[in-house]
Amino acid sequence: MIVSRVATSTSERLQATFTRPVRLAVGGAGSLLVVAGCLLPWATFFFGFPGKVTLAGFPGGSRLYPLLLVAVAPLLLVAVEGRRRAGLAAAWGVFGITAFNIAAIGFGRDLPLGLLEERGGGGLGAVAIGAWLALAGGALLIAAFASLPSSDEERPFRPGLPAALELLTIALSLGLILFAVVIALEVDETSRFISLIAFATAAGMTLARLNVFAYVTELFDRHRTVTLAAAAIAAVVFPFTQGGNAYWIRVFASIGVFAAAAIGLNVVVGLAGLLDLGYIAFFGVGAYVGALFAGAARTTVHVKLPFLVVVVMGAVIAAIFGVIIGAPTLRLRGDYLAIVTLGFGEIFRILAFNFDWLTRGPNGISGVPDLAIGSYNFGATNEVLGFSLPGFANYYFVELILLAAIILAFTRLNDSRIGRAWIAIREDETAAAAMGINTYRLKMLAFGIGAFMAGAAGTVNAHVTTQVSPDSYGFLESILLLAAVVLGGMGTIGGALLGSAALFIVPEKLRSFQDKRLLLFGIALIVIIRFRPEGIVANRRRKAELHDADPSTGDASGAPPGAPVVGAVAQ
Amino acid sequence: MSVSASSAPTAATPPVLEARGVTKVFGGLTAVDGVDLEVGEREIVGLIGPNGAGKTTFFNCLTGMETPTSGRISYRGRTLSGKPHRVTESGLARTFQNIRLFPNMTALENVLVGRHCRTSQGVLSALGRGPRYRREEADGRARAHELLQFVGMDRHAETLARNLPYGDQRRLEIARALATDPGLLLLDEPTAGMNPQETASAMQLVRRIREQGLAIVVIEHDMRFIFSLCDRVAVLVQGQKLVEGTATEVQQDPRVVEAYLGKPVDGG
Ligand SMILES: Nc1ncnc2c1ncn2[C@@H]1O[C@H](COP(=O)(O)OP(=O)(O)OP(=O)(O)O)[C@@H](O)[C@H]1O
Ligand SMILES: [Mg+2]
Repeated sequence: MIVSRVATSTSERLQATFTRPVRLAVGGAGSLLVVAGCLLPWATFFFGFPGKVTLAGFPGGSRLYPLLLVAVAPLLLVAVEGRRRAGLAAAWGVFGITAFNIAAIGFGRDLPLGLLEERGGGGLGAVAIGAWLALAGGALLIAAFASLPSSDEERPFRPGLPAALELLTIALSLGLILFAVVIALEVDETSRFISLIAFATAAGMTLARLNVFAYVTELFDRHRTVTLAAAAIAAVVFPFTQGGNAYWIRVFASIGVFAAAAIGLNVVVGLAGLLDLGYIAFFGVGAYVGALFAGAARTTVHVKLPFLVVVVMGAVIAAIFGVIIGAPTLRLRGDYLAIVTLGFGEIFRILAFNFDWLTRGPNGISGVPDLAIGSYNFGATNEVLGFSLPGFANYYFVELILLAAIILAFTRLNDSRIGRAWIAIREDETAAAAMGINTYRLKMLAFGIGAFMAGAAGTVNAHVTTQVSPDSYGFLESILLLAAVVLGGMGTIGGALLGSAALFIVPEKLRSFQDKRLLLFGIALIVIIRFRPEGIVANRRRKAELHDADPSTGDASGAPPGAPVVGAVAQ
Repeated sequence: MSVSASSAPTAATPPVLEARGVTKVFGGLTAVDGVDLEVGEREIVGLIGPNGAGKTTFFNCLTGMETPTSGRISYRGRTLSGKPHRVTESGLARTFQNIRLFPNMTALENVLVGRHCRTSQGVLSALGRGPRYRREEADGRARAHELLQFVGMDRHAETLARNLPYGDQRRLEIARALATDPGLLLLDEPTAGMNPQETASAMQLVRRIREQGLAIVVIEHDMRFIFSLCDRVAVLVQGQKLVEGTATEVQQDPRVVEAYLGKPVDGG
C-alpha cells in the first residue's frame, strides 16, 4: 500500500536522523507542550456582553484526555516490548483529540455530517493558545515515538505478581471498567463523548500493544470464579445506584437482551463458522410468541400463559424454525449459506407484515402488560433496603438471569465434545467429516441452539419493549447483531457483551448521530478489522489465526470456511 | 497401550477391506478404473503409481469423500455406506496428502476431535456436566495424551496445530486418525516433505501401528519406504491396477519399470 510505504520511509528517515538525545529532547518538549497546553484555555468566545471571554476551564474533560495520554512519555526512556507502537497509539490519540476539539470549537455545527449540534461557529479565531500548544506537543510526540527502532519484538507481559496482588489487579481492572462506563454514561455533550471514545481507543490500543490486556485477560481467566462473582455483584448492584431513575436500567436491560441474542449468534458464527445473515428472524419469532401469549392489549391471541412457559415456548418455536430453515440450507457452504439465510430473514419480516390474522401486520402486537407473580407486580416501584428501585429494575433482573443462563450454556458448550466438533467444522469441514463428525447434524444443532437462545431472548424483549412489530426484525438488525459479534470479538462472551453495549450506548449518547449510526458502525468496523481483526476481546484461536502467519506452516491450513463446494474435496 | 480394540480374527473372517471394481469418472476422465483391492488383518499394503494415477481418488472413494461411479467396498464383510463420518465410524481412518489438521485447535484438541465418533455425550450432558460427562471427558483426554505420546509429541499437546513443525503435523494427523479407533488406517503420502530421519521414524511408527493390530494401506512415492515396509504392493497407472504382488515381484515387473520410466524407445 502506498500510504504505508510513505509512512515507513518517513519513520525510517526519522530513525536515521533522531539520535537518542534528539529523540528525548523532542519527546520531552512535546510532553511539556501538551501539559502546558492542557492547563491553558482552549476556547475563546464572543458574547454580546461582556465581549470576548476566554474560558479557562473549557472544555473540561476533553483537555483531561491528552493529559492522561502523555503518561506514555516515559516509554521513550525505557526499553519495553512494543513501546514504539504503543507510544504511537497514545501520541496519535493526543493529536487526534486535540485536532477534533479545535475543529469542534472553531466550527461546531458546521462540521460535515452534522457531527455536532452544539457550540462553535467562531472559526479558528475562537481557538485559544492552549489547544494549539497541545496540538504541536502531540505532533512532536508522534515524531519522537516514530523515531524509535521498529524492531520491537512481541513478548508477553508477565509481571509475575503474588496471588494477592493479582486479585487486586483484577479488582482494579473491574473497577476501572465500571468507572469508565459511569463516566461514559455521565458525559452528555457530543464533542466530549467523541473525545472520550477517542481517548478510550488510544488508551486501549496503547495497553493492548504493551500486552497489558493479554495479561489482564489471562488473570481473569485464571481467577475465573473471583472475576465472575465480582462481575455478577456489579451487575446486581447497578440498579441500586440509579437513585430510582429507570433510564439507564432500561438501556442496560435492552443491552442484555441484545447480548443474549448475540451470544446465540456467536454459537452459529463464532463456533460453527456458519455465516447467518437472517438470524434476527429467530429473535423476532421469540418476540412474537412472547407478546402473543402475554395477554397484550392489542393482540390476536387472547391467551395468557405463565411467563416461564412462554419463554420456553418462544425458544422452542424459534429452534423449530431454525431447524426448518437449516434443513435445506446447511448443505450449502460459505457464501451460499449467507445468501440463503439472508433471504429467509426477509421472508420472516414479510410474513409478519402480511399475516394480519396473527401478527396484526404493520401495527404489530402492543400493550404487553407487566409481568406479575402472584400479587407481585413487576411494573411497581420497590423499596429495597432503603433504596428505591424503579419498576423496570425487575425486568433488568429477569434479563440478567437470562443472560447468565445463556453465558453458562455458551461456555459449557464451547468447552465440550460438541463445541470441539463445531470448531473442527469451522476449521475444515471436510477433515471434520473424515474424523467421524456428522457435519450436517452438528451444523443443524448449532443452528437450532442459536435459534433457541435468540427465541428466549426475544420473549424477554417483548416485555422490555412492551410491543412487537415487523420492522424491528429486518436485515439491518441482523447486521447490527453480527457487527456486535465481530466488533467485540468472535467466539468470546466478553466480545458479545462489549459489542452489544457499544451498539446501544454510542447511539444513545450521540443523539445527533442517531440517523447516522450505520455510518458510524461501518467506520468502526473498518477500523477494527484493519487494526484488530480478532475484535476488541480477542479469542486465543482467532488471534493466532489472524496474526501469526508462520510461513513454515502456511501449507498446512485446510480449506477456509468459505471455500467453494468444488475443490473442497480431499486431495 | 493398545491402539485398536479390534477382535482377533477367527477362521473364516472376511478381509479387513475388500474393494471390487471401484471406478470413479470425472467428466470425461476415468480417474479410478475398476480397481480391486483386498487387505488382510495386520497387513501393510503399499499403493504406488505415477502422479495423477488416481491413488488419492481411490482413497477418497474408500472413505466416502467421493461417491464411486461404480464398484463395491466392504469393511470386514459389511458394505460401507457412502457418508464419510459413517465410514469412519465403521473403522476406516485416513490422513491427507496435503495435511488437513484443524489449524487453530491445539494438538490435544485435534486428537480429541478424533474421539468424537467414539464418544456420545450430547448437548444436555455438556450443559449438565454430570459424572458421566466428566468421566467420558477425562477418559478422552487420557486417551488423547496416550496417542500423542504414541506418536512422540505429547510435549506439544497445548501447541496450536498451525504452529507445529511440518513433521509433527504429519504425526499429529496420524494420532488424530488413530483416535477414531480404526481397524484400517489409510495413509496418503505420510513422508512427503520429510527429511531422512523423519522418514525413518515415520517408518518405525507405521510398524508400531501394525503391531497394535491395525491393517494399513499407504500411498508413497518413496520406494525405499514402500519396499522395506509393505507386505504387498499394488501399482496404479492411469486409474488401473497394473500389478499387485510382493515388493520383489513388483520391483522386477517390466510393466512397472515401463510405467515409471516410460516406454522404451523403439529399436533402442
Ligand atoms: N475433484 C476432481 N475433479 C476432477 N478431476 C479430478 C478430481 N480429483 C482428481 N481429479 C483428477 O483425477 C486424476 C487422479 O488424481 P489423484 O489425485 O487421485 O492422483 P494421485 O495418484 O493421488 O496423484 P499424486 O501422486 O500426484 O498425488 C488426476 O488427473 C486429477 O486431476
Ligand atoms: Mg495423491
